[in-house]
Amino acid sequence: MGALLEVKNLGISFGGLRAVDGFNITIQHKQLYGLIGPNGAGKTTVFNLLTGVYEPTDGVILLDGKKFVNMNPAQINKAGIARTFQNIRLFKNMTVLDNVKIAMHNQVKYNLFEGVFRLPRYFKEEKQMDEKAIELLAVFELDQEYKTLASNLPYGKQRKLEIARALATNPKLLLLDEPAAGMNPQETDELMKTIRFVRDHFGISILLIEHDMKLVSGICEEITVLNFGTELAHGTPEVVLNDQRVITAYLGE
Amino acid sequence: MKFLAQIINGLSLGSIYALIALGYTMVYGIAKMINFAHGDIIMVGAYAVYLSLTVAHLPIPVAILVGIATCSILGVVIEKIAYKPLRNAPSLAVLITAIGVSYFLQSAGLILFGSQAKAFKSIVTVKPIHIGDITISGEIIVTITVTILSMILLTLFIHKTKAGSAMLAVSEDKGAAQLMGINVNRTISMVFAIGSGLAAIAGVLYACTYGFIDPYMGSMAGIKAFVAAVLGGIGSVPGAMIGGVLLGVIESLSKAYISTQLADAIVFGVLILMLIIKPAGILGVVRKEKV
Amino acid sequence: MKKLLSKQNLFRIIAIIGIFLILYVAVENGILTRQYSSLLIPVGINIILAVSLNLTTGFLGELTLGHAGFMSVGAYAGALFSIYTGLPYFPGFILSLLVGGIVAAIFGLIIGVPVLRLKGDYLAIVTLAFGEIIRSIITNLKITGGASGLNNIPMYTSYISVYVVVIITILIVMNLVNSRHGRAICSIREDYIASESVGISLTKYKILAFVSAAFFAGMAGVLYSHNLGFVQAKTFDYNKSIEILVIVVLGGMGSIKGSIISAIIITILPEMLRGMDDFRMLIYAIVLIAMMLFNASKFKEWLRVWLHNHMPKKAVKGGNS
Repeated sequence: MGALLEVKNLGISFGGLRAVDGFNITIQHKQLYGLIGPNGAGKTTVFNLLTGVYEPTDGVILLDGKKFVNMNPAQINKAGIARTFQNIRLFKNMTVLDNVKIAMHNQVKYNLFEGVFRLPRYFKEEKQMDEKAIELLAVFELDQEYKTLASNLPYGKQRKLEIARALATNPKLLLLDEPAAGMNPQETDELMKTIRFVRDHFGISILLIEHDMKLVSGICEEITVLNFGTELAHGTPEVVLNDQRVITAYLGE
Repeated sequence: MKFLAQIINGLSLGSIYALIALGYTMVYGIAKMINFAHGDIIMVGAYAVYLSLTVAHLPIPVAILVGIATCSILGVVIEKIAYKPLRNAPSLAVLITAIGVSYFLQSAGLILFGSQAKAFKSIVTVKPIHIGDITISGEIIVTITVTILSMILLTLFIHKTKAGSAMLAVSEDKGAAQLMGINVNRTISMVFAIGSGLAAIAGVLYACTYGFIDPYMGSMAGIKAFVAAVLGGIGSVPGAMIGGVLLGVIESLSKAYISTQLADAIVFGVLILMLIIKPAGILGVVRKEKV
Repeated sequence: MKKLLSKQNLFRIIAIIGIFLILYVAVENGILTRQYSSLLIPVGINIILAVSLNLTTGFLGELTLGHAGFMSVGAYAGALFSIYTGLPYFPGFILSLLVGGIVAAIFGLIIGVPVLRLKGDYLAIVTLAFGEIIRSIITNLKITGGASGLNNIPMYTSYISVYVVVIITILIVMNLVNSRHGRAICSIREDYIASESVGISLTKYKILAFVSAAFFAGMAGVLYSHNLGFVQAKTFDYNKSIEILVIVVLGGMGSIKGSIISAIIITILPEMLRGMDDFRMLIYAIVLIAMMLFNASKFKEWLRVWLHNHMPKKAVKGGNS
C-alpha cells in the first residue's frame, strides 16, 4: 500500500507574494504528522490548499494515488480529507447533535422526496444517524450535551466538537489546525490522548498544525517545519527539534 | 444626431442618479447599511424648496439652501433615532428599519401634501444652447454643471480635509478609527448630513427636469440610484458617479431605441449581468473571507 | 411506522382538523363578519409566502427582495393555464396550482445562478432587480394582457383550498428543514466555509432553497389570481416583496410559527386601521421601526429578565438551580 497523501511542489501566489512555495509532504496511512513553523509561515495556507479553499498556483496533490483536479472543498471532503479551523467555525446556533449530523450528510442516502414525505427510509436512516452521532460524541465526552447549542459550549469543548464534526465525515485524513490553542496544560494533555485514540480507533492519518512543541513532539511521528512558505526541515521530532536552522527560525539569531 | 441628443439626456438623468447614489454609497461605506429611505429624502428636499418658493416666497438661492438644510437635518435626525440604536444589530433589522423610515416619509408626505402631483415650475433661468440640430435645455446644462461641481467639492472634501480623512478612516475600520481619537458618531452624522444635502440638490434638479413633484417621486429614483451605486461598486465614491452616469445613459438610450416600457427592465438587466461578471461592481473590491 | 403516530404528530393532526372546524363553523354560520371572512384568503396566501420566503431568508440566510416576482409568475402561469385549458375545477385547479408552482420554480432556478456568486446586500439588490424585470416583462407581453392585466380567470380559490395549500406548505417546509437536506441549508447560513468543509455542496443546497421557495410562492400566486378573477403586474412590485420580508423578519428569522402569526397580524392590521386611511401607512411604518428598535433594545433584555424572575417557575428537572 502506497502513501495516503502525496503532495509535490505545491505553491500559491497572492498577487506578488509567494505564500507557499515548493512544498512537499508524504503522509502514510495511520500516521500522525506535525506541521510547525513560526507565525505567518504559511501553515494554514497549506491546509487551505489541501482542502480546496484556495486553488494552488502549481503542484500536485494525490490522495490514495488519485490526483485532485479542480475540486471544491465539498468534493475534497467527500474524497476523504476533513479539517478543523484555527478560529473555530461551528454551526453556532445549532445543537451539538445537529453539528455532527450535518457532517454525516453524505453518508446517508435518503433522498429529498423520502425526507419531505417522511417515508420509512427517512426514519430508519435518521435513527442510525442519531446513534452514530451520539457514539462519536461520546468519544469526546460530549454525548451528555447533545442538545446544547454549539455556541453555549465552553471553549475547549467547542474545539472538541469541531474535531468530532470533522470525524463524522468519515475521513481518511484529518487536518487539525492548532487544536490545542487556548487550552491549559491539563487540557492539552487530555487532547493528546484523544488525538492518539482517534488515530488508533478510527485508523486514520492525522496532520496537525501546532504551536505547542510539547504536543507536537509528544505525539507526532514525523514533522515538517515551514518558514516563509518553504520547507525548512523535516524528519522525526528528535531530528527536527535539534536542527540548528529550526532553533534559529523559532528563537531568532 | 438623435443619438448625441439622447446621450446628453442620459448624462443629465445620470447626473441626478449619481447625486443620489453618492448618498447611498457614502452611508453604505460608513455604516454598512442600505439606507432605503435615502430616495425619499429627495422628495422631502423637493417639497421643502417648493414650499419655500410658493408659500414663503423666498428668493431662489435661499429656497435651495432651506431645502439642503432641511434634508441634512432630517438625515442626521433619522440616523440618531432609527439607525444608531441598531448599529450592532443584524443587517436585516437595519434594512427593515430603513424601509420603515421610507414608508414613514412617504406617508407623511401623503398626509401633508396629498397624493396629487404638484406642478413644479422650473427655477432654471439659463438659456438653452443650440448646437447644430441639437438643443440642450437650460435644465440639462444646470444639472450637469451642478453635479460636476458637487462632485469636485465632495472629492476635495474627502481627500483634502481632516473631516474627510476621518470619514475614510471610519469606513475602513470603525474600531481603529475610534482608537485614533476620531469621533465616530460625529463622523457618521456628518456623512448622513452630506448625503442628504446632495439628495436635496438632486430633488430640486429632478423636479426641474420633470416639472412635477409627488410623495412617491423618490421611490423609483431612489431604487435606480441604489442600482447605480451597486453598479459602480457600493462604498466607492467615484464608483457611484460612474454608475449613476452609466445608468442614466443606458436608460435614455433604451427609451429612445428599444422601448419606453422596457427601459427599467434593461437597466436592471445590465445590473445583474454586471454583477455576475464582476460581483463587487465596477470599482468595488471583493473582500475574501479569511479562513 | 410507530413514529408516524407519535404524540407530536397526533397533536398536529388534531390541531389541523380542529382549526379547520373552527374556521368552517365560524364562516358558514356567519360568526365571522364578512369583512373578516374575506380576509381569510389573503391571510392564507401571506402565510404561504412568508413560510416559503423563510426558506431562503431564514434558513439559508440569504436576503432576497424579489419574492413577489415568483408570486407573479405563478399567478400568471396558473391563470393562463386555467383560461386556455378551460378545465373544470377538478382537476383544473390542482393542475393550475402545480403549473404555477413549477413555472415559478423554473424562475427560481434561473435566479439561483447569480445567487451562487453573490451575497448579502448585493444579492438583495439583484433579487429586487429580478422582480422588477419580471414585472416589466409581464406588463409588456400580449399574452399577459399588458398593463391592464388578465381578466376572466375562473374564481376557484376558496378559504378551504387556501387552508389545504397552507397546511401542505407548512408541513413540507417543516419536514424539509428537519431532514438532512434542510440541515444542509441551515448549515450554509451558519457558516458556509465550515459547511463546505464537511462535504455540503453550496451550489446544490442554495439552489434547492431558492427553487422550493419559488415553487410555494408560485402556488400562492395561483391562489391569488384565482381568488380575484383578475391579475395586474403592478400588484407584484418590490413593495409586495418587502411586505413578505417584513412578515418574516417580524415573525423571527427561521421560525415557521413566527411567520404564521406575523402573517396573520400584518394582513389584518391594515384592516383594523380602516377608516383612518391616510394614517394607515404611517402607523404601519411607525410600528415597523418601533418593533425593530424594540428587538435590539436593552428594554427587551430587561423585560425578559423581569418576566423570568416574576413568572411562576416550572419545576426544573435535574438542575441545581
